[in-house]
Amino acid sequence: MEFLGDLVAWFLDPENWTGPAGIPSRVWEHIQISVVATVAAAAIALPPALWLGHRRRGGFAAVAAINIGRAIPSFAIMALFLPISIRLGLGLGFWPTLLALFALALPPIFTNTYTGVRDVDPALVEAGRGMGMTDGEVLRKIEAPMASPVILAALRVSAVQVVATAPLAALVAWGGLGRYIVDGFAVQDNVRVLAGGILVALLSIGTEIVLGAVEKRVVPQGLTTTEDVVTGAHA
Amino acid sequence: MIRLTEVTKTFPGTSKPAVDKLSLSIGEGEVVVLVGPSGCGKTTTLKMINRLIEPTSGSITVAGQDILSMQAHELRRGIGYVIQQIGLFPHKTIAENIATVPSLLGWDKVRTDERVAELAQLVELSPEFLDRYPGELSGGQRQRVGVARALAADPPVLLMDEPFGAVDPIVRANLQDELLELQSRLKKTIVLVTHDIDEAIKLGDRVAILSEGGHLEQYDSPGEILRNPANEFVADFLGSDRGIKRLSLIPISEIKLDPGPVLSRRATREEALSVMARYDIGWAAIGDGADVEGWFTADDLEGHKTLRDVKARSFQIKLKPEDSLREALDAVITSHTAAAAVFDGDRYLGMATVDEISREIVQ
Amino acid sequence: MTTGTSAFTIAQADEPFIRWDWIGRNLDDLWAATQEHIVLTVIAVGVGLVVSLGLSIIALRWRKTYTPITWVTGILYTIPSLALFAFLVPITGLTMLTAQIGLVSYTLLILIRNIVAGIDGVPAHILEAARGMGYTPRRMFLDIQLPLALPVIIAGIRIATVTTIGLVTITALIGQGGLGFFILRGLQFFSAIGTTQILAGTVLSVALAVVADIGLLGLEKLLTPWARRRVTA
Repeated sequence: MEFLGDLVAWFLDPENWTGPAGIPSRVWEHIQISVVATVAAAAIALPPALWLGHRRRGGFAAVAAINIGRAIPSFAIMALFLPISIRLGLGLGFWPTLLALFALALPPIFTNTYTGVRDVDPALVEAGRGMGMTDGEVLRKIEAPMASPVILAALRVSAVQVVATAPLAALVAWGGLGRYIVDGFAVQDNVRVLAGGILVALLSIGTEIVLGAVEKRVVPQGLTTTEDVVTGAHA
Repeated sequence: MIRLTEVTKTFPGTSKPAVDKLSLSIGEGEVVVLVGPSGCGKTTTLKMINRLIEPTSGSITVAGQDILSMQAHELRRGIGYVIQQIGLFPHKTIAENIATVPSLLGWDKVRTDERVAELAQLVELSPEFLDRYPGELSGGQRQRVGVARALAADPPVLLMDEPFGAVDPIVRANLQDELLELQSRLKKTIVLVTHDIDEAIKLGDRVAILSEGGHLEQYDSPGEILRNPANEFVADFLGSDRGIKRLSLIPISEIKLDPGPVLSRRATREEALSVMARYDIGWAAIGDGADVEGWFTADDLEGHKTLRDVKARSFQIKLKPEDSLREALDAVITSHTAAAAVFDGDRYLGMATVDEISREIVQ
Repeated sequence: MTTGTSAFTIAQADEPFIRWDWIGRNLDDLWAATQEHIVLTVIAVGVGLVVSLGLSIIALRWRKTYTPITWVTGILYTIPSLALFAFLVPITGLTMLTAQIGLVSYTLLILIRNIVAGIDGVPAHILEAARGMGYTPRRMFLDIQLPLALPVIIAGIRIATVTTIGLVTITALIGQGGLGFFILRGLQFFSAIGTTQILAGTVLSVALAVVADIGLLGLEKLLTPWARRRVTA
């Protein structure tokens, strides 16, 4: 009970709502790096995935990408990029975290986009070609819209994984909500640890809900949202 | 053997019953075919017999016992079941598939193995297949395994749901013949569902024609149904060619054979030509009574005064008295003449003529 | 080694990226950590599988429970591992139990989805044939549905295992962690010793994941001999 009281007190303490270590700026840091990582991964993964899916080629790359993505823990990527980043003079924190989150988001976006486009009913593609569409038009007007539920689901899942993994950044001296947890562990302040946990969980679930709602609006009518794609690692 | 009394099935969420107060009695050792358009409740009726579908009301007895009085799975172990997709277990070998019901009944290994070997022989499946998986067999072979599996525990009753629906027409005809041959030895009580009226006519001792809602329109032998359709629905369902369909049920021995244009070697050319003209066909046979050696055409007579030295051609098609009129009709048509010769062994019986065959169609 | 700021900087720049001698000296510790990593993974996936089977049977038996079950396990899957540990540490402390609760929770969604999808994927006509021949529901589940769902279930176990091997590294934060210990400790050295430890932990963890994945694939081939021998369907 006393613990709960402390927890409530922590959240009510105005000091935790102001300054660079306050909740708003930590949330902002968290969102910032997550958005940059996810957008970068989408920008890099989407074009080749769309094209390869359209050509129905490169299935091997899709499988390899998802498997490698699962096997390498994000924690390890972050840790590995830290010394590299230092040597390159990029400093601590931001770049190793960004690279790790980028590497986390890339495989699910690539693989699901690829399979989503590849698995579009060939009869539809043939119908499009029969009406005189070019390759680009087939991709833009038929395959991409048909695959959009899968692609959007993959973007959502990747974004949620990124948000959920970003707290690890605190281990390599970056900010975000992970700071509360990692610092809390370090000084054995369970209140701070739990407060951080609650904030991170809320942000992850919030991301899931918001992006889920966006997805429902964006997916063309007539196509139902697909079941979540299980994509593996978030760590 | 099987008796349905006022059986009704209404599926949840529908107002009209799929099967409405159907009564049907199936005798021991009889092959009864349920046939009708889709939605007539034939499959529902079949599945109620082994309780894959529970009747809403009415009663069903098998061998005098109310099926609702026993455990569903016990009932099913005593009834063979064959479905269109066969439903072989892909993860079990052919031997294990055939041994399904014996293993459910807890037979020992020796008895099971013996039975599996016996069944493989029965359905003419070479023993080398027994250790393979269903994925390695052809459609026809899988269907045989399906039948063997249904017969494994020697059930007195066999239910077959469109058993030959998934194989190509040639294989289907073979499997139908095999089933009839098997049945002539085993004398099971078989209830078979099909949408194919020809299959029903070929396989059924009796055929039950159902219309939407499981209404029994006619239940009789195929011959009787074709001869006397009970109503317009049945006549429509049989099709306008039902007269020709009926021919396949009538053996040649049932019709009057024409003695045919048969001449002895002593006959003259003029006699031969006049006989041909009388029959209005381009050929005649050479023979003496029941001993016919072959046939010749008018052209073959060129340069002969009598038939003494005319070369006799041998008959390509020799019909047997037990062949059906349908086969006789085929023979007549393919030989481009109005008649086909019928032999009992080497003994010439006469000619099946188009006139005599079509007399049966008209009736 | 000389002391003094400038000398230290130069020495760092000249230092090799990897200190092989460190690996040579710590082989025993690396091996022990690898074993611990394997044990943590096997327990997590094993317990996860048992729990998932139970929940899947409930979901299959009472269809209406499937949505709530995936909802709850989905939330567990979405909650970041760090946050989950944050919730648990005040209750269960820095223990193996805390680590396992976290690891097991992450396997559930993957395993349950694959088990249910696998069982649902068994063709209806095979089930009809089985029922028609007098299988009881329980026997049908064990003898027909489970074996035929095996490829999909094992695919789920592969994903769960590889994911868990990665997640185990994070449990280093709560004093468990197997190979994660070296990654975490390596972060505290800004030197080749640190990089070497991070690399060693990462490489072994990835190797473990690859070996486990291939091993499970082999197990699947072994358990599903019928899938290999197949002519045209």
